[in-house]
Amino acid sequence: MNILVSLSRKPWIWSFVAAFAVWVATILFTGGASTIGLSQAALTFAAFSILVGIGQMFVITLGPGNIDLCVPATMTLAGTVALKFMQVDNSLILPGLVVAIAIGVAVGIGNYALIKLLQIPPIIATLSMSFIVQSTAIWTNRGLRIKPPEALATFTTETTIGIPNVALVALVLSVLAFILLQKTVYGRWIAAIGQSIRAARMAGIPVDGTRFVTYVLCSILAAVCGYLLASFSGGAALNMGSEYLLMSIAVVVIGGTAVAGGNSNVAGIWGASLFMFLVVSMLNTYGAGAGIRLIMTGLIIIAVIVVAGGRNPNQR
Amino acid sequence: MTAIPLRHAVIEVADAKISFGAVKALDGVTLRILPGECVGLVGHNGAGKSTIVNVINGGLSPHQGTIACAGEPMQRYGIAAARANGVRCVFQELSLCPNLTVIENTRVMHRTLTGWGWRRRAARIIGDKLDEIFPGHGIDPTGVVSDLSIAERQMVEIATAFSQVAQPVKLVILDEPTSSLDASLATQLLDYVRRFVEAGGSVIFISHILGEILSTSDRIVVMKDGKVVAERPAGKFDEHSLVAAMGSVVKGRHQEKRINDTAGLTPLLSQPSRRGKGLAFEAFAGEIIGLAGLGGHGQTDTLIDLYLARTGSWLRGRDAEVAFVAGDRALNGVFPLWSILKNLTIADLAGLSRRGLVSEPAEANLGQAWKQRIEIRTQDLGNPILSLSGGNQQKVLFARALATPAPAVLMDDPMRGVDIGTKQEVYAILRAEADKGRTFVWYSTEMDEICLCDRVYVFNNGVIVAELKGDSVTEKNVLAASFIGAAA
Repeated sequence: MNILVSLSRKPWIWSFVAAFAVWVATILFTGGASTIGLSQAALTFAAFSILVGIGQMFVITLGPGNIDLCVPATMTLAGTVALKFMQVDNSLILPGLVVAIAIGVAVGIGNYALIKLLQIPPIIATLSMSFIVQSTAIWTNRGLRIKPPEALATFTTETTIGIPNVALVALVLSVLAFILLQKTVYGRWIAAIGQSIRAARMAGIPVDGTRFVTYVLCSILAAVCGYLLASFSGGAALNMGSEYLLMSIAVVVIGGTAVAGGNSNVAGIWGASLFMFLVVSMLNTYGAGAGIRLIMTGLIIIAVIVVAGGRNPNQR
Repeated sequence: MTAIPLRHAVIEVADAKISFGAVKALDGVTLRILPGECVGLVGHNGAGKSTIVNVINGGLSPHQGTIACAGEPMQRYGIAAARANGVRCVFQELSLCPNLTVIENTRVMHRTLTGWGWRRRAARIIGDKLDEIFPGHGIDPTGVVSDLSIAERQMVEIATAFSQVAQPVKLVILDEPTSSLDASLATQLLDYVRRFVEAGGSVIFISHILGEILSTSDRIVVMKDGKVVAERPAGKFDEHSLVAAMGSVVKGRHQEKRINDTAGLTPLLSQPSRRGKGLAFEAFAGEIIGLAGLGGHGQTDTLIDLYLARTGSWLRGRDAEVAFVAGDRALNGVFPLWSILKNLTIADLAGLSRRGLVSEPAEANLGQAWKQRIEIRTQDLGNPILSLSGGNQQKVLFARALATPAPAVLMDDPMRGVDIGTKQEVYAILRAEADKGRTFVWYSTEMDEICLCDRVYVFNNGVIVAELKGDSVTEKNVLAASFIGAAA
């Protein structure tokens, strides 16, 4: 009983409860036939949301007003340029990853330069940056669909002991993010900045340096996600990032991270990402039309946030 | 028939009990406030003063006990009932909305200010009251609150509480009203309190400055551990007996001062004269330096400038040169979502971590050591910081700065809301640390604290106008220097 009570206080538990409920509802409808297929698909697609969600979570933790709307454009540019660089050559897979990460670093630097030097609010700065980045992607890509190297395409679509490889990548990065957030000095600093930027400055925290690193980190994760997604889907497309704009923010919020900043958790992002994919596939299984599906998705997200809303934000 | 009108108490709380978890915040408190009296309420941090105030203003319902207004027992007593009965409260944690103007804040407190021209009426009401309490205050009612200094905000809050719109004001609770006011403003307020009381109003006056409690109150109630331990007319107390009733021992006030021969030494901290006027600021190792003068004359700005110039916003240097103790806790001190422990250790994480990872045992040890050293009143340092009373939160901020290895500590009126026992302990810690070579730069609105310093810079209009050393640091000299104009 006590375990149940303390579990129900954890902000991340609700996204898992919701994901599990939707999973069961879908399985029951199909009579258990699709259990393994559905679970693997959910893990695969959730992995991409998790990668961008973690980056967005770090940025949102920095406090009110901090958000990175450049995530989709970064994904597209990183995917496009990395695939073009690799030229279907297996030996260039790792250098290709380095190229993607370098693009993430560059976009992150650009974002924070706009925020800091021009004193533009992050929501506007990252949105403007996303136009620049997206245009660059269009210019480099010129509408061609370049295939990923064979080995990379296989890696992103295959499973290891039944678990999709991309989910394993997401798991490793999530564990690193958890350690970064909970155990390191940097993690303390971003949580402090999110609660009170003035108090953080007067406690000796290098506020600008910490925020800068956080924006760069978010862009790197988006770039890595774009690299994997382009390889997974057989080539980079110019609209491949578009659904991840709302997705990256939604999984953070549903996952129980405080929108006002200063309080975040990694586990909830997993529950929320699985939930977001499973809701859509459940409605698909039930044969709902596109309009109904969107309305239902919206209603279910609202319901989860309301149910989880009873939690105490001061609980840490 | 000439009946003498029966003097009902404005408010009467009988046998109130409140507990938060295992902590008994109030353990059977009975308090009667008559019309036309000023009741002084004293006690240590966490003695239950703020809790009884919250019961009277309707913010907390006692788990046991009764409340009666003007002789009538109240069944359902809440914030609305308290206001309807003329109870007003000036909070220790300032409660104005910083993004609104003074006029709009007046409207927030006085809901009956409605209809056409409420701004004009509100401006008149608050302006008149400010003029009445603090003549020459210089506050523009159309200005936004966030542009006001902490002292000015306190003045606005006090004037709002005393201004009468619909219901007559019968009882005003002043919770540490002078903590951010300098001596001259505090005198103006205390004079007004006496006028208000003589006109038939009642005041509950909470302060850690015993002199003002003794001079202003008619009756003094001493609280300790959630109980009333003494209650006498103010004339029957003096400073010693009051402190004894609170359960502390008064220590000798005169401590050894050091007059260092600083000629030829390099200052640890220095700052050229501000705006090219007045004296330059210099601090040497092992000194306790006071920043005095009337409140809001550039002392806080000097501290913040000193701090920001010596800490990086992009990279953290290996060892911080300076640490800062905030006076405005909510603005630049406390991290509200965090536990006490995380709030305490945030400034010295570098010393507690290896390769970027924070060592939790080392952090817990540091927390325990400081919990004992300055007696933070909590059972568990894992509790949220906001579960502490204001004075105890301030102790945590003190520990945060003292726990760092920084050779200089800057303090922005840090004793606001700290009880006398703790103050004495902190004074002793400061002196001991200074003897070990640490430098303290201390802005204080309290003359007693300024007089503890080795050397004092007096501010006026944003510049340093005088420097006092050693035995010449006296109340009289500081006050005289506060009114010197700056030499070009």
